[in-house]
Amino acid sequence: MTPVVCTAEAWAKLPGRFIALWTSAGQAYALFDTGLFSTALRDGAYPALSPLHPGADWFERLAHDLNGHVAAGVTQSRTAIEHFLNPDGSAPWPEFAAAGEAVHQIAVGPIHAGIIEPGHFRFSVQGERVLNLQARLGYSHKATLAMMRGKSPRLAARFAARVSGDATVAHGIAFAHAAEAALSLAVPPRAIYLRAVMAEMERIANHAGDIGAIAGDAGFAFLDARLAWHREGFCAAADAAFGHRLMMDSVIPGGVAGDIKTAGAEAILRALDALESELPGLTRVFEDYASLQDRLVGTGIIPPALAEQLAVGGFVGRASGCDTDARRRPGYPPYAALDLAVPVETDGDVAARIRIRLAELIESTRLIRKCLAELPDGQIAVAPPSGSGMGVGVAESFRGAVWHWLTLEAGMITDVFIADASTLHWPLLEHAAATGIVADFPLINKSINASYSGVDL
Amino acid sequence: MVWPTLARHLLNRPSPARAAAPAAVAAMAARLQQAGQHRLGRSLAIRHVAAGSCNGCELELRATQNMIHDLTQYGLSFTASPRHADILLITGVAARNMAEAVRQARAAMPDPVLVIAIGDCAVDGGVFKGSPAITGGAESILPVDLLISGCPPTPAQIIEGLLALIDAHG
Repeated sequence: MTPVVCTAEAWAKLPGRFIALWTSAGQAYALFDTGLFSTALRDGAYPALSPLHPGADWFERLAHDLNGHVAAGVTQSRTAIEHFLNPDGSAPWPEFAAAGEAVHQIAVGPIHAGIIEPGHFRFSVQGERVLNLQARLGYSHKATLAMMRGKSPRLAARFAARVSGDATVAHGIAFAHAAEAALSLAVPPRAIYLRAVMAEMERIANHAGDIGAIAGDAGFAFLDARLAWHREGFCAAADAAFGHRLMMDSVIPGGVAGDIKTAGAEAILRALDALESELPGLTRVFEDYASLQDRLVGTGIIPPALAEQLAVGGFVGRASGCDTDARRRPGYPPYAALDLAVPVETDGDVAARIRIRLAELIESTRLIRKCLAELPDGQIAVAPPSGSGMGVGVAESFRGAVWHWLTLEAGMITDVFIADASTLHWPLLEHAAATGIVADFPLINKSINASYSGVDL
Repeated sequence: MVWPTLARHLLNRPSPARAAAPAAVAAMAARLQQAGQHRLGRSLAIRHVAAGSCNGCELELRATQNMIHDLTQYGLSFTASPRHADILLITGVAARNMAEAVRQARAAMPDPVLVIAIGDCAVDGGVFKGSPAITGGAESILPVDLLISGCPPTPAQIIEGLLALIDAHG
């Protein structure tokens, strides 16, 4: 894949649905649904895209904090990856402005109350009402992209698998797609189907765990306990079928690392059976309990207009009217052959996001059954040749589309960028949090469940 | 009838409070201490800190609490406040951006504290070893009492490691 090179003037007016923006040594790249565009950096700067495409804002901050490149035309007041340590070892703390009468601030993090990743939230509140939320991230910055450079695609895949552990399969697939596109490598059909089985297993495990956790945050322990039990069933099935509970490192450029084990399919089918038999009852509990619905309906609304403006994907976008799913558009095998159904709603609240995920649970169980029934015979992987080129790859993680871009020279990665779906979800969380009261924040946060590691890189 | 009882209480002085024999009190205190060490010594509160993980270890840590693995049955539970915690449990690489937060969490905990590093990243940096944004594993920030490797370690491995640590410390 070669980018469409454009002038600075054309760049600033690029039309289409924004996906990602990043910079390399001499170029700025922008990925739209219409294609990949690039423009030359001038004195380390490129024209900002965020005035026209607000979703680009976080990417521009990332480009600045990772590579030092400046988006000309906007003033960036905030960082994406904070570098908290001065050379002398002291740690400066950024200023948060709190304006207005009787406004005070609540500081949360970077260490949170639960078992979650680090990030700092600064709420400006008036009584119970949240007026403003600023998320400061970058605490788990590991220089993942820098570590991937200079490595072969097979070696670098270990880093792609650890961009966000809960979406390790999806990131593995997106990275493999990018490397395979750069090398024009055809993947064996059996590997394609096994990847789909893994990706849908991952989707079910995460959706089940998260829906339960949202109910748990609302004080409804029953759903939490039952859905955590099902999540555990899928982790155990993944272990039985692919040798790892999260299926980490199971997807490699050129195919998959291992074939499905004997009795692996049966283990997966048993987990599917268990979920399918209990899910209608659990869904009824979710829908019928007034005290639970009271917490979820109308909470943390993301209006469809805002979702459309940010061109957000995943279940967050689909709950706010954005009919996007990377499995369907741009699409990648084997989903065209599987007759994928994508649920879309327009309410945009916590309850709608749960309903979308409940619908996706059912769809994913169907996809896994179909993939296992139609699993082609043959090889599971081909060795990537040593070649040069540029590739873009995408996969629909449980959160939304994850995009990987890389350039290869003589079989080694010279540059790479990874856009997790969360990069567009964090600004929406900031918006959604400011629609409610402090006590609703855990529900809103969990219902979006943006990845910290995925944007800290 | 209530009236005679009330009248008697109003007219008489209260009977002297019962005092226990000092020897018996001492014996009970000793027994309580023994039982306390036996029982409460196994009831430890854990403060988890993600110091730069990919969130894989967090998923498996959370899975230790589900009804299959049920960490709580061993007297181990997660707590939100470091001031209530006996164990500092660190996942992920020692990201430079988290070092100060980890040190502050440790400083907020009452001694004695057991520090546990969970997952390959926390053990020595894992696949991120040599990254400029990290200083290595958890040991590059704090002294660590127990390392549990794995990427990520399974819930069963995590629980096994925690119980082994408690056995070793009586």
